[in-house]
Amino acid sequence: MTVSTELELQSFVLLRLGERRFAISANQIAELVAPSRIFRFPHRTPKLEGVILRRGRIVPVCDISEMLLGKRLTSRRFYLIAVRSYGTQKEWIAVPVTGECELIKSEMMAAAESDVPHVAGWLSHGGDVIEVLNLDTLTPGAEHAFAEAAPPQRAEALP
Amino acid sequence: MRLASPVKPSSAKTEQIILFRVSGQLFAVSSASVQEVRSADSMSGAAIEISAPGLRKVRHVVRRGDRSLFIVNGAMHFGLHAAEGALLFVLRKTRTALLIDGIEKMTAMTRLQALPLSFCHEERQWYRGLTALEQAVVPVVRPEGFLSPEELALLDAALSQSDKTASEDLEETNSAQ
Repeated sequence: MTVSTELELQSFVLLRLGERRFAISANQIAELVAPSRIFRFPHRTPKLEGVILRRGRIVPVCDISEMLLGKRLTSRRFYLIAVRSYGTQKEWIAVPVTGECELIKSEMMAAAESDVPHVAGWLSHGGDVIEVLNLDTLTPGAEHAFAEAAPPQRAEALP
Repeated sequence: MRLASPVKPSSAKTEQIILFRVSGQLFAVSSASVQEVRSADSMSGAAIEISAPGLRKVRHVVRRGDRSLFIVNGAMHFGLHAAEGALLFVLRKTRTALLIDGIEKMTAMTRLQALPLSFCHEERQWYRGLTALEQAVVPVVRPEGFLSPEELALLDAALSQSDKTASEDLEETNSAQ
């Protein structure tokens, strides 16, 4: 392998949702954890199920399967904790997945204009063509209408 | 060699909170935000019915001098199953009396974590943030988040309309007598 081709390889985490596999850039992944108790409370943001406690942090749980597969997951084996960008801020978000994840190195083909917004690109692995996900468009965030009206909040507020 | 002097542990900053339930769901509110806790029955005599279009969570208002306190049904505000509220929190520096099921306990929180940015709808107005208590996560309500300025304007309009109708009725009764 030449140096030039090595440079083009990037790390991705392959995840399984139902029968399908997707990829997320490895530098957007914090960890893979076993499912833990979800704390639910009233809110109006679609797709968010609640929050989990992880290393003292409160992490929102977002099921992306409905957008990608058209149905909700019936079983979940792990939460993939990803780093989601909100402008200049970054926060953890837990994505339920149905199988083990795999770290691979691959070349990514950039998404075409005709691709749906949640596709960041494509990669080829094990004979499959796999979508690389853009979590910023798959999960809810401040770009949604109501956030602008909300008062500014510090990332961590002490009483 | 000089050793660094040991760091004196600073006492953690805490905030007294009241844990309460609405339709079985646990919430927290800063004790400092609660001016009074009253039983719903004790207020029912003084409460006047009110109906503002599109605002089902407020059905009653209580007059206190020149001030009106709007009774907000907590279950309806949060979109939970309707429940008969048993207690009212009169919230300081607001015009809200919040109808709740009951108080769970009083405790202290040492850390209030901002609501994660993924939550991007009305809940950003409802909550100051989240706190972890005894391996549970509890939303801490924002007292001024129960009635928006637009909702207060609607309620004031409904209230003045109801006052007008009442005074017209009184005039009619007097002239009939």
